[in-house]
Amino acid sequence: MPWGFGVSGADDAFEVVIGLEVHAHLRTKSKLFSPAPILYGAAPNHSVHPVCLALPGVLPVLNEYAVELAIRASLAMNCDVHQRSIFARKNYFYPDLPKGYQISQYEEPLATGGWVDIPIEGTGGTAHKKRIRLTRIHMEEDAGKSIHDDAIAGSDSTLVDLNRAGVPLIEIVSEPDLRSAEEASAYLRAVRSILRFTDVSDADMEKGHLRCDVNVSLRPRGSDEYGTRTELKNLNSFRFIEDAVSAEIARQTQTLREGGKVRQCTLNFDPQSGRTSVMRIKEDADDYRYFPDPDLIPLLLAPEQIERVRSELPELAERRTERFQSECGLSEYDAIQLTASPAIANFFEAAAKQHGAPKVVANWILRDVMQALNALEWAIDDSPLSPDALARLIRMVDEGKTTVKSARGLITELVESGGDPEALIAARGLAAVSDAGIIERAVSEVLAENFENVALFHSGEEKVLNFLMGQVMRKTQGKADPARVREMLARALRK
Amino acid sequence: MSDGIGTLHELRAALDARKTSSVEIVGRCLRRAEASHESLHAFVGLRATAALREAEAADARRGRGEVRSPIDGLPVAIKDNMVQAGEPTHCASRILEGFVSPYTATAVEGLERSGAIVIGRTNMDEFAMGSSTEHSVEGPTRNPWNADRTPGGSSGGSAAAVAARIVPAALGSDTGGSIRQPASFCGVVGIKPTYGRVSRWGLVAFASSLDQIGAFARTAADCAWLLEAIAGHDVRDSTSIPEPAPAYSGALRGDLAGLRLGLPKEYFAAAGADAGVLSAVRDAVAELERAGAKTVEVSLPHARYAIATYYAIANAEASSNLARFDGVRYGHRAAGAKGLTEMYCRTRSEGFGAEVKRRILLGTYFLSAGYYDAYYRKAQQVRTLVRGDFERAFGVCDALVTPTAPETAFRLGEKTSDPLTMYLSDIYTVSANLAGIPALSTPCGFVDGLPVGLQILGPALDEATPLRIADAFQRITDHHQACPGGSA
Amino acid sequence: MARISRAEVERVALLARLSLSEEETDRLAREFETFLGYVDTLQEIDTAGVVPTAHPISLPTPTRPDQPAEPMDAESAVANAPEAAASAFLVPKVIDTEAEG
Repeated sequence: MPWGFGVSGADDAFEVVIGLEVHAHLRTKSKLFSPAPILYGAAPNHSVHPVCLALPGVLPVLNEYAVELAIRASLAMNCDVHQRSIFARKNYFYPDLPKGYQISQYEEPLATGGWVDIPIEGTGGTAHKKRIRLTRIHMEEDAGKSIHDDAIAGSDSTLVDLNRAGVPLIEIVSEPDLRSAEEASAYLRAVRSILRFTDVSDADMEKGHLRCDVNVSLRPRGSDEYGTRTELKNLNSFRFIEDAVSAEIARQTQTLREGGKVRQCTLNFDPQSGRTSVMRIKEDADDYRYFPDPDLIPLLLAPEQIERVRSELPELAERRTERFQSECGLSEYDAIQLTASPAIANFFEAAAKQHGAPKVVANWILRDVMQALNALEWAIDDSPLSPDALARLIRMVDEGKTTVKSARGLITELVESGGDPEALIAARGLAAVSDAGIIERAVSEVLAENFENVALFHSGEEKVLNFLMGQVMRKTQGKADPARVREMLARALRK
Repeated sequence: MSDGIGTLHELRAALDARKTSSVEIVGRCLRRAEASHESLHAFVGLRATAALREAEAADARRGRGEVRSPIDGLPVAIKDNMVQAGEPTHCASRILEGFVSPYTATAVEGLERSGAIVIGRTNMDEFAMGSSTEHSVEGPTRNPWNADRTPGGSSGGSAAAVAARIVPAALGSDTGGSIRQPASFCGVVGIKPTYGRVSRWGLVAFASSLDQIGAFARTAADCAWLLEAIAGHDVRDSTSIPEPAPAYSGALRGDLAGLRLGLPKEYFAAAGADAGVLSAVRDAVAELERAGAKTVEVSLPHARYAIATYYAIANAEASSNLARFDGVRYGHRAAGAKGLTEMYCRTRSEGFGAEVKRRILLGTYFLSAGYYDAYYRKAQQVRTLVRGDFERAFGVCDALVTPTAPETAFRLGEKTSDPLTMYLSDIYTVSANLAGIPALSTPCGFVDGLPVGLQILGPALDEATPLRIADAFQRITDHHQACPGGSA
Repeated sequence: MARISRAEVERVALLARLSLSEEETDRLAREFETFLGYVDTLQEIDTAGVVPTAHPISLPTPTRPDQPAEPMDAESAVANAPEAAASAFLVPKVIDTEAEG
């Protein structure tokens, strides 16, 4: 790496302090305060309404399902959901902000507190959970899109598309509890999973349903005070987040080591160069002139409504982790890994139920399936692999119908393209050779062709057995079940 | 004067008796509007073709016996800050030049549904910010009683159009007195209902927590008909009262027996108003007592802070509401600007008049970091105290009676150089907006040939009592029937 | 002693995206002064413990069901636009040297 400080830029003198602000689109059919439909991929301004255009005289009316989803997300992340919250106007000028203000929440947000647990790999294969606290979750509307591309808009102009203006968002603000780029990435994965699992958001970063701003600061190790923080915006992939955070840590470290001061600013990240660059200096905090929106009534929630949403929540991670250990006999490490993503937990449970041996299934998922997913940068939901298919593949290995090696080799393909394991095994010719006759013939041939080595074996060189095994495996193109080969070879040699 | 348009009630009777037709009435209104344009300038635009077409349709309906409401086929005017699909809405501002609305305000839909016919749009102070209709990019409207005088504002055009017998009725909007004060200056009835009674959907916002659409007419009974057509719950307005419009006409029983009228002592202080105004109002109170009402003195101790409270809140909300006028999606855009910020600044500076700019700047200041608590939040707290004053007062009376304005119509140009003096014209009216309660003004006399208005305030949700009192007053007096000489 | 400086008026003007002439800035600084003096009378009132008015009348929270309406015809959406390209609004680009506020 060009900056040479190691994976997370951790430096003995400085501690990294990171907080994330995640914006997620809520899965509603219409906008937060406008009845316009939400249509991804529509041509510019083809899904707008007078409210979205901020025409003179329009007024906002709150979408009740957006409220439901926001409550659900807040409870799933262990927040206190407040019975009373206020929508406030955040005032600033930008062409994709048609009213000249964004309707958000400021002093009295929907939810405060809360936490998300992330798995941290310890030393020697252990794992523990780290609790990342949340500051708040609040509701707000999204802005439209500005298209600056010279080729489309011309070099002097910007195009403005208001299709996205008014789409409902929740903003999830974490406390600055994260201490490395990896932790930041793990936290974001955990949040994304919760949002998907509770059907609150599709949380697809590529489609822009999930956006992340990262605040990074350094402080001398052991210090209680926070250093000056910078903000990284518009990071839309996990890889970019990790790289951008690492680059920023390096930049700030260098500045501080040279005796300089970090200036509060907003930065962009260029993935090509791997560098962060200043977008805007924030000398003073922006003056957004927040005040309660007089066009909206304070949001008052009945306790019964909150409790109903809570009771309808799917089982949350912590209880599941405990259950996987007690009911399935998994180690704490494995249980934490499997529940870091509720989607993986669901997958595991379904596959384990079908297969019957949870520990075996857990191994396959954590070792092979996860490796394939990570290489693709996919979540398990993105993959066409079904729990049923995995269970059947493992069973084929159990029954000797294919070798472990062959099955492992198929995982990548199954994860990427799906398919029927039995059919693939047959098509690729990976069926294990367990026919006794074929193996016996191979063994006889090998022994006949390796007269000297057989003699060596009989004179005490037991290691020769491995060589002979290798020869038998070659003869069967690796498809023979190694255990049977060993057994038959040993028997043949004793004669 | 015989050419002057009758009241809604008179016109309805004439239509029902087949003495005239909608087409004839609407035609007369349009001609009077055109004839008075130079001298009065009440209208900024007329929709003659559409209006006559609608009048024909109304006549046909009447012929089939399908009359939709008492105001079916009758002409009205609307203030130029309420949108109507296919029609230009300018709010008397350059910044909305060229803007044609694709949708219609709920209140205007109410008129359409009732069969009333909008013949045109009236002049106003820009974005409803003013008390004289002098801050209009189209030039001022004149008072039908005296051409050197203002008609009041900001709904001066609507008030003048009704006073000059061009139309029997008109809609206006009232944020700090913008219906009642011009009604007072022009000698007509003007009513601002309870906040939330009439939907604000389609009303170009000035101050969201204070704005209300209301009505002008020459009688309380006519106002009742208008309110019935435009009031009621609207799902498109989150601040709309979730109840249907009451049947106001039924409340106009004509008697005042047993009614208790509160007289807030702070509103009758000699130093606060012209002697002639106070005298006319006291005479009116005496009339009401003679008709059976009882009076009781009450106190509204926070009255003297009302203007400061109002302006802190109104300007703050306005500064935010007017941010959408930025040259991006509609209206004026400055030519040849280099870069976005220059486009914004020049567009808004060219597009807004001086008064609007002043209020936007003050409002921005009140909301800005470091000042929010001292100004905006403080004002909202004082507002709670003002509401409390009214609640206590209504504990001992059914309605409050006060002068509408501290003066009669002032001269054109008299107050334009001193904004604060202009603001003080609203001193008796702003409290009702702060408290959200209904209030109306009805003519109660003259000083030197200029009308004086009597303000009647009711508790929240009770428009009926002020209408009833005004109606009863109109049965025993005839100020509301006086006709300005200059409107023949 | 002038409490509202020219700089303050200029700061507020930028926040509000208004450009003022020198003369206007001076005039407004004076007017602010007068006006704020008037509004400052509110400080006389003891408002300890008084809840700021959220709305003049109390209402239950109105919401609407999540039912999408027909979108506007895109041509209508940009019909009033001073400048448009196909169905998008066209505005001048932000120039780097411009101030942010």
